Amino acid sequence: MGNITLNKVSKSFGTTTIIPELDLEIEDGEFVVFVGPSGCGKSTLLRLIAGLEDTSAGKISIDGRDVTGEAPAKRRLAMVFQSYALYPHMTVYKNIAFPLKMAGEDAAVIDKKVKDAARVLNLTNYLERRPGQLSGGQRQRVAIGRAIVRQPSAFLFDEPLSNLDAALRGTMRLEISELHHQLKTTMIYVTHDQVEAMTMADKIVVLNAGNIEQVGSPMELYKTPKNLFVAGFIGSPRMNLINGAAAARHGATTIGVRPEHLGISTTAGEWKATVGVAEHLGSDTFLHVQAGDVGTLTVRADGELGVRHGETVYLTPSPNKIHRFGADGRAM
Amino acid sequence: MARAVSTRRKIGFTVAAWVVALLIFFPILYTIITSFKSETEAIAGFSLVPSGTLESYAEVQAQSNYFKFFLNSVIIAVGSTILALVVAVPAAWSMAFSPTKRTKDILMWMLSTKMMPAVAVLVPIYLIFRDTYLLDTRIGLTVMLMLINLPIVVWMLYTYFREIPGEILEAARMDGATLWGEIVYVLTPMAVPGIASTMLLNIILAWNEAFWTIRLTTTNAAPLTAFIASFSSPQGLFWAKLSAASTLAIAPILIMGWFSQRQLVRGLTFGAVK
Repeated sequence: MGNITLNKVSKSFGTTTIIPELDLEIEDGEFVVFVGPSGCGKSTLLRLIAGLEDTSAGKISIDGRDVTGEAPAKRRLAMVFQSYALYPHMTVYKNIAFPLKMAGEDAAVIDKKVKDAARVLNLTNYLERRPGQLSGGQRQRVAIGRAIVRQPSAFLFDEPLSNLDAALRGTMRLEISELHHQLKTTMIYVTHDQVEAMTMADKIVVLNAGNIEQVGSPMELYKTPKNLFVAGFIGSPRMNLINGAAAARHGATTIGVRPEHLGISTTAGEWKATVGVAEHLGSDTFLHVQAGDVGTLTVRADGELGVRHGETVYLTPSPNKIHRFGADGRAM
Repeated sequence: MARAVSTRRKIGFTVAAWVVALLIFFPILYTIITSFKSETEAIAGFSLVPSGTLESYAEVQAQSNYFKFFLNSVIIAVGSTILALVVAVPAAWSMAFSPTKRTKDILMWMLSTKMMPAVAVLVPIYLIFRDTYLLDTRIGLTVMLMLINLPIVVWMLYTYFREIPGEILEAARMDGATLWGEIVYVLTPMAVPGIASTMLLNIILAWNEAFWTIRLTTTNAAPLTAFIASFSSPQGLFWAKLSAASTLAIAPILIMGWFSQRQLVRGLTFGAVK
């Protein structure tokens, strides 16, 4: 079981409030991603759940049990850190075995569990190596192995992939998702990368300045962002946010159109624009265009599209894909 | 062309390094050479070739019991180092892992005491030692040297402990380690190289300390620094004997330094390159 409830939890350091009062419900077995820009309080929130920081107010419950004042080890959670936090003087085997040793498990049980975890994570051939002799991806797997063997009620990941290169990040993303399907244990994952959030999460919690801006499934957040912050944060490339007359025509202060929801033509359309930079990715082309009063827009077009810098194009937003926001920044 | 320049630079640096090293080492080398000369040879003038006589060593040993001084040096240097570590490890630990607003100030204040000339507190300390019957005792000198070197020991350990990532300690806490488990299984093994090089350096500092050891001892607790001093002024300038005494005094620490040079260099340059 791994049901986690945050009830009116807040955190301040001195007079600085990092997390104003918030409530959150995480269901058993869910893969929840905390996403937000740097300094939004997502790591602090994770550390509060882990017990590595004390809450200033509020209550944290795991499976209905109040753990607010409990030491990290007693919460039955496992954490994977950004820096991996492996014990450099121990071999891979001893690193993975460490939590079991601390729990006073029998040597034979430890051996079996460590070897099982190593098999799942393809670490069997590296058990006698030290962390310093491993690559970044292997270290990350050891950190995950150390978390798995405890059979915790939930896993906490604090930006675990940010020290890896782009290719390895993609692979590890898949491995963690696969692991979640295998273990079916609650996972809370902190990242500032919205692609990670969209691809891995069952539920995304978007944070900004310690506040929860929106909670929902990736597609909910993508399709119906509650406010301008979420609209601008979720989706890659970012949603085009347009103010002024173009927005007023739709009865809103700001309208948002995602780059993939802008139709492009060389002959006719709603907005006339001049092509600036064209980024050809093969499958897609991202065009950065200047559309007069409407402003600078990003358009996601077909990879085969042959428009060049300085050419004129016409853009038409898909009518049912326009997001309207009021003066307070909230979706209308 | 570039390779030729870089080779020339390399040779230049190597020669310069050797010149500097020899300049620094030369007084020690000349002391050792002089110790193998007779007194007549020693005052005859500059010469790098000794006759190889051991008479100075024999005389030095006959005049005073070297091993008694040696034993005192070992007890005082090792004892003060252990005592310093007992005090400094928890102090540096708390400063590194639970710093407060005043931690830096305290560290600076501790270091500032090293900037004071020792002679400034000679009279009060001498009187305290006299009144507490600590004059010429090993325990008195051990405590004194521990206090003198404590700021450096705390600073060195603090620098080492700061290098241990906080996330590793948090990981241990998440893994179910108690405070004791954290110290025994994670922190201590990671800090051992740091503690070892601090220990080595402190032994050398304590071994070579002359100001207090000469002033607070006479015979019972006198270490090798007092042993050397006893061969200087009272008997005139007997260079060969004085050199033999000096060689005997520095030999143990020189040998220890030679074998532990890797740890020492690491200890002295730790944190210097980031």
